[in-house]
Amino acid sequence: MNQANKSSPPAIEDPRKRAMLLAALYLAQEQHGWLSPEAIRRVADRLELSTGQVMSTASFYTMFKLEPQGKYHIQVCEGLSCYLVDGAETIIDHIARRLKIKPGQTTPDGRFTLEVVQCLAACDLAPALKVNDELYGHMTLESIDTLLEKLERS
Amino acid sequence: MTEFEPVLTRNTHRPNSEKIATYLANGGYQAARVALRMQPEEIIEIVKRSGLRGRGGAGFPAGVKWGFMPKDAPQKIVAVNTDEGEPGTFKDREIVERDPHSVIEGVLIAAYAVGANRAYVYIRGEFFLGIKRWIKAIADAYEHGFLGKNILGSGFDLDMSVHRGAGAYICGEETAMLESLEGKRGNPRLKPPYPAQTGLFGLPTLVHNIETLACIPHIIARGPEWFASIGTAESKGPKIFSVSGHVKRPGNYELPLGVSLREIIYEHAGGLRDGKALKAVIPGGASTPMLSADQIDVPMAFETLKAIGSELGTGAIIVMDESTCMVEAARRLSKFFAHESCGQCTPCRLGSQRLYEILERIEHGKGQQGDLDLLLEISQGIDGITFCPMGAALVNPARSALKHFRPEFEYHLTYKHCPANGKPA
Repeated sequence: MNQANKSSPPAIEDPRKRAMLLAALYLAQEQHGWLSPEAIRRVADRLELSTGQVMSTASFYTMFKLEPQGKYHIQVCEGLSCYLVDGAETIIDHIARRLKIKPGQTTPDGRFTLEVVQCLAACDLAPALKVNDELYGHMTLESIDTLLEKLERS
Repeated sequence: MTEFEPVLTRNTHRPNSEKIATYLANGGYQAARVALRMQPEEIIEIVKRSGLRGRGGAGFPAGVKWGFMPKDAPQKIVAVNTDEGEPGTFKDREIVERDPHSVIEGVLIAAYAVGANRAYVYIRGEFFLGIKRWIKAIADAYEHGFLGKNILGSGFDLDMSVHRGAGAYICGEETAMLESLEGKRGNPRLKPPYPAQTGLFGLPTLVHNIETLACIPHIIARGPEWFASIGTAESKGPKIFSVSGHVKRPGNYELPLGVSLREIIYEHAGGLRDGKALKAVIPGGASTPMLSADQIDVPMAFETLKAIGSELGTGAIIVMDESTCMVEAARRLSKFFAHESCGQCTPCRLGSQRLYEILERIEHGKGQQGDLDLLLEISQGIDGITFCPMGAALVNPARSALKHFRPEFEYHLTYKHCPANGKPA
């Protein structure tokens, strides 16, 4: 426990304060690009929680990033519906080759992170991927090249 | 082909369908005006008579659930579940993005009926557009007096806010969603107590999927008899079916419950792509047992799918043609569940991983004799003994694929490649 700075927890914890935690983590992540140890500590202080409580929540959810991410976070779905219509590995391998990184990695210039994700609830748009918060559907290798070129120029 | 006047998706094709002006111009919030003049017990009775069952997967009768809410509790809550994330399912995304007010109106009526003054809408983190539209929709509803104090002069108060999930399938399980709303890890709670007794912040909580709540204004406006006239003996009303996979026209199709799976695939979704033959169908999302091609005359209803060993689930249909490797399909679905297990219960945490690993080695020509029985044995050890229904769900891909396609699995073990697609070459 690195909670030496906290004397004792309040007798009755207000559960609604902790209910702000996911929203607070999103705010911190927006400001810093990821949840650094410093960001975790600041969220904990603001909500009067322990860093352990904040980490417990932050580490559970895939959308909270505990390491730095690229400017463009590409998330490719490998779910069954995307796979069935020539998506998943076909697309993941193509992007990985083009960006010269493996899934889970970020390009050395910090522009792109490639991540393989489970279902995006966009099976009607399969094969689907997301770049940051934007959803792209019916992807082909050509439309991916066009998208990446646009992002590379921006 | 079944001609069906859309109910839940009647607005979604309109330009600016998400705006309150569009909703009001098409009869929006009229049902709430009627409901707020009724006695709460009257509304619960109407919902019971309609036969509405939950659309989130479990199919529990909605009116009965409302009746479980204690009458005398001073504080009660309605929690809206929009954490859609099961492979094959994309119906909620359509309602979230294109018709938020139909759900707000449904929540308002439900909250009034059970005496709740606070509503939380939990939306999947990836639904960024939907979340933006909901924040605007709630603000507009406050401005028009459909939320806040003394709604439409009824003396009833309701506050509502949006909470963004952060990427965890398990938070679609109702008690995991409540944990997440409280800012914690999404570990499901042991039931009982059920949320109607001890829910969010320990208060009595009514939890519903948004498609269920979107039915409510129509039941009030057109009457429970109208709603109950749609569907089958035990499955009433309209349903949004999400169709994906090897079909010509993937998409959401709103149809009466009881429509045949064959009609959905071949008429509404346009049949299979590239003139290929049908091999297997998942009828209700990744957690429901798959069906073989000769079972598609089944009516899409809770009781009829149960009778043939599957489930209606969320009504998310994944269609697979003859080129699909069933070992790979089961492996891919099992990987999803292994990834999404919250880790709280040992059988789910370890069992999901083992099922995935065994399926993967069979797929890659490295399976061992005895693997098929091992899959079934592990499944047996998971099913029914976990806190939440995920344990029972995650065994379905492997178990149902083996039930229908065991010879294909045996071929993989013997010849080390797939008879359907030749892989690994």
